[in-house]
Amino acid sequence: MSLPSELPPRQEIGVIGWVRKNLFSSWYNIVLTLVAAYLVVTSVGPLLNWVFLEATFTGETAADCSGEGACWLFIGQRLNFFIYGFYPDALQWRIDIMFGLLAVAFAPQFIERFPARKWFGIFGLTGLPLIGYILIPGGWFGLEEVPSSRWGGLMLTLILAYVGILAALPIGTVLALGRRSDMPIIRGLCVVFIEVWRAVPLITVLFMASVMLPLFLPDGVNFEKLMRALIGIILWQSAYMAEVVRGGLQAIPKGQYEAASALGLGYWRKTGLVILPQALTLVIPGIVNTFISLFKDTTLVLIIGLFDILGAVQSTITDPAWRNVTTEGYVFVAFCFWIFCFGMSRYSQNLERKLDTGHKS
Amino acid sequence: MNESNITPVRTRPKPWNDPRIRTIVFQTIALAAVFWFGWTLFQNTLSNMESRGISTGFGFLDQTSGFGIIMSLIPYDSTMTYGRTFWVGLLNTLLVSAMGIVAATILGFIVGVARLSSNWLIAKLALVYVETIRNIPLLLQIFFWYFAVLQNLPSPRQSIDVADMLFLSNRGLYFPTAAAEPGFGWVMAALVAGILATIFIHRWAKKRQLKTGQLFPAFRVGLGLIVALPVLVFVLTGAPLVWEMPSLTGFNFTGGASILPELAALWIALSLYTASFIAEIVRSGILAVSHGQTEAASALGLRSSLTLRLVVIPQAMRVIIPPLTSQYLNLVKNSSLATAIGYPDLVSVFMGTTLNQTGQAVEVVAITMAVYLTISLIISVLMNIYNRAVALQER
Repeated sequence: MSLPSELPPRQEIGVIGWVRKNLFSSWYNIVLTLVAAYLVVTSVGPLLNWVFLEATFTGETAADCSGEGACWLFIGQRLNFFIYGFYPDALQWRIDIMFGLLAVAFAPQFIERFPARKWFGIFGLTGLPLIGYILIPGGWFGLEEVPSSRWGGLMLTLILAYVGILAALPIGTVLALGRRSDMPIIRGLCVVFIEVWRAVPLITVLFMASVMLPLFLPDGVNFEKLMRALIGIILWQSAYMAEVVRGGLQAIPKGQYEAASALGLGYWRKTGLVILPQALTLVIPGIVNTFISLFKDTTLVLIIGLFDILGAVQSTITDPAWRNVTTEGYVFVAFCFWIFCFGMSRYSQNLERKLDTGHKS
Repeated sequence: MNESNITPVRTRPKPWNDPRIRTIVFQTIALAAVFWFGWTLFQNTLSNMESRGISTGFGFLDQTSGFGIIMSLIPYDSTMTYGRTFWVGLLNTLLVSAMGIVAATILGFIVGVARLSSNWLIAKLALVYVETIRNIPLLLQIFFWYFAVLQNLPSPRQSIDVADMLFLSNRGLYFPTAAAEPGFGWVMAALVAGILATIFIHRWAKKRQLKTGQLFPAFRVGLGLIVALPVLVFVLTGAPLVWEMPSLTGFNFTGGASILPELAALWIALSLYTASFIAEIVRSGILAVSHGQTEAASALGLRSSLTLRLVVIPQAMRVIIPPLTSQYLNLVKNSSLATAIGYPDLVSVFMGTTLNQTGQAVEVVAITMAVYLTISLIISVLMNIYNRAVALQER
């Protein structure tokens, strides 16, 4: 004789069960839930009101803002400035092309089954900077020249971060190889270089690049402010990149090195054909993470007087024509950065999960 | 045919193929290149400084600075030397770094544990906090707290006051200071006695537990000794403290002490930002402790709070310490963003104003970088010592 099987008690399943288990499982969880729920309800309502319901979206000047909610007008009015800085209106198609190419190169990376997406990525690392080098400053093939003092906004932020990472990658790789070299002097030089740059804040590096670099160079050689900032960023970033690449080199099993030597490959061919291709693939998530932090750190250039996107918004906030959009301005920039950084960090997390083969050396 | 006929042929590789010779040659070339590069820079710098009329050497440190600094932990005024400005800046950097490290660690641990809470709402709130804060540039957050929040507080005349003791305005937070009167020494003595007694009791309780297995509420007794004993003595000696209240005179407060809005903005932003990274470190550290440990602890009958404190956290610390060190270093380095809102830290005072006034870029930059190098080394060494103390003792 067997008992008929019964359904689980109603309090243990479904919505009620979930709520009991996840929100009200014990007396302190009940207190925590109630306090947290109260805080969320009292803060989200006014926030939504401020951002959407009472905010002003249409109009021309600061006078059109109701004053109750947020005043988003200045974004529409100054969007051109936020994206291109002082880049001449008639020539902005060049920047648009670069934005388009950037999307073409990197959008496929997010789609798993995109055909030949590797080659799109390689184009992004080689062809894209080359085209940008010709197109953005101009001066070639009858393109009108635009001095770098007129670059600004989002475009400048992207240029700084992109060039910084791209140039730091090869330098960092060489430094990482040097740090793992058998030659004591080479190793020592690389360790000192890496550790010194990693110990100092980026802001001192930027100060140094803008104040001291002109002193280091021989007479007659001079760089623009943007170039000086870039040199500082590249030197600083290459030290971080070296540590990322070193992590990849250390993750390669010893057998790979030994197998390559057994095949009779010399150091350079062993490194170039066997070790680096594996190590660099392994550290792509690390590189993306470095890129995210560099992307955020590029805002520091406004301290030495370059107009990145934060600088552009900051100048709008202090503009007397747009009083009292301080909070709105910062929220807007924060949103822009958040979209980029959150997207990239999700991408690198996915990649990490995919590259994690489960067996660690 | 016999084997002894075969004489081993010792082929010496050609000199350009000999690894030992190659090693020496490569390193000599590298060293020579670095020296040549350094020498060129040195020559260029010397000739450039000569042509621009910039003096060299560290003599400027003894000259009168002639500028004021809004906040200083040591006595300072504009008649003092540039060398003094260095110490003022350095102490301000250390102050905000220490405050930030303490706040970020506490907040980071709370949020990290909350991320793993069984309470769905708490876990999601912690997730939203982490994902929002760490994806927004720190400089932007500092600007937000300084320009959008603290600068929009009411002026000193309309300041928000708490019980006529704390005054919050756009000039900062003013709070009363206490001056000791005779008799306060007894309170301090009671505090020291309480601490010593607590240490003693803690040791005794541990010994007793090891011997008999009986627990002694050392924590509660210790808390009572450290807090209640001094308070009791304080009341018995007739409250020997004089409070100096901040009061409004003219357009600002006098008396009491204050936290400048610059310091507050920097502190809040640094703590919140770093805490979001520490939270992720704590979370991954706790997750790294295998589930069997938690199960074994509950099988022994430990409550979940005791499991966390006695079993999980000590093991998680081993995973947490190394990345936590680098977050502390990041915080110290990030405190240099002070210069963007005018908090007088080392970079702002020394590398900013002093450098601009003296023009001696090379010396000032070299000193500043050396300071950050030293701070980094000290923090690394301290954390390595601590790490060794908590590391797994493998036998």
